[in-house]
Amino acid sequence: MWTFFHKLGSPPWLYAIAGTILRWLVPITLIALVAGMIWGLLFTPPDFRQGDSYRIIYIHVPAAVVALAGYYVMAIAGAISLIWRMKMADVVMRAAAPVGAALTFIALLTGAIWGKPTWGTWWVWDARITSMLILLFLYLGVVALYESFDNKEAAGKACAVLSLVGMVNIPIVYKSVDWWYSLHQPASIKFTGESTIDPSMLYPLLLMIAAFYALFTCCLLMNIRAELLQRESRTQWVKKIASEKGAD
Amino acid sequence: MYFDSLQGLLMMNGHGMYVWSAYLAAIAIIMTLLVVPMRRRARLLQQLAREANGSEDKTVGNARVEQ
Repeated sequence: MWTFFHKLGSPPWLYAIAGTILRWLVPITLIALVAGMIWGLLFTPPDFRQGDSYRIIYIHVPAAVVALAGYYVMAIAGAISLIWRMKMADVVMRAAAPVGAALTFIALLTGAIWGKPTWGTWWVWDARITSMLILLFLYLGVVALYESFDNKEAAGKACAVLSLVGMVNIPIVYKSVDWWYSLHQPASIKFTGESTIDPSMLYPLLLMIAAFYALFTCCLLMNIRAELLQRESRTQWVKKIASEKGAD
Repeated sequence: MYFDSLQGLLMMNGHGMYVWSAYLAAIAIIMTLLVVPMRRRARLLQQLAREANGSEDKTVGNARVEQ
């Protein structure tokens, strides 16, 4: 167990293992995304109340779910880098932020497009939507804050603190549809009790959620690899990789 | 398949514009997410390889000067 943690702190090992995982995970992710989209667009029945516009659910919900899960990854990595000064945790935090921001943006954008035919408006200042917008700003804040520091160690600390403070927003996003009267519908999938969604719509949705988790992991690992190369560019292992690439 | 014609699939009973624009935008963002780190890594490796070659040349040059 300890050797695992020891290895996790080793940049060349992390770089190599991420590369091995990506060789498998990228094709799997792309297949799952394409399959899930085709399933959702072509092979599911329309919603009896919303008609065909509900098909946006197959990207809206997975993007939102994974955007929230990604925030945990970023904040936990931030906490680890603050407490144990683990450099790799700092790399993970920085790698997660732009991916989370993009997924939150997808959730907001598809939500707005879905809102127009369903609610008659692109945007409402509703609790769920506003708290998701705050989530987007938190992600973008971490990206921008990191860039604004010349001292990258101080940048890492500031970003870790910001992402931890931002954790307050996460339960608000989850609970917003229950706490406030809202246009946004409550969760259709429940771990406890019966889901309020038909299996013919549930299975492609679950596939898309899995695909978005895989997508997040792919992007996270790819960002980690690029970040590692940049940070460690003066070290022997990076020079070796670069010279092998250059020889090709 | 639920739709019986390509027309029906594109129109989606009047919701086509919303559904397709949402999917296309999502696909574009997903592609960007995947391509940006790939290009960043490739660019870094290229740059490092060039620097490595450059410094080798310099040492050769210095060695000559020392002779």
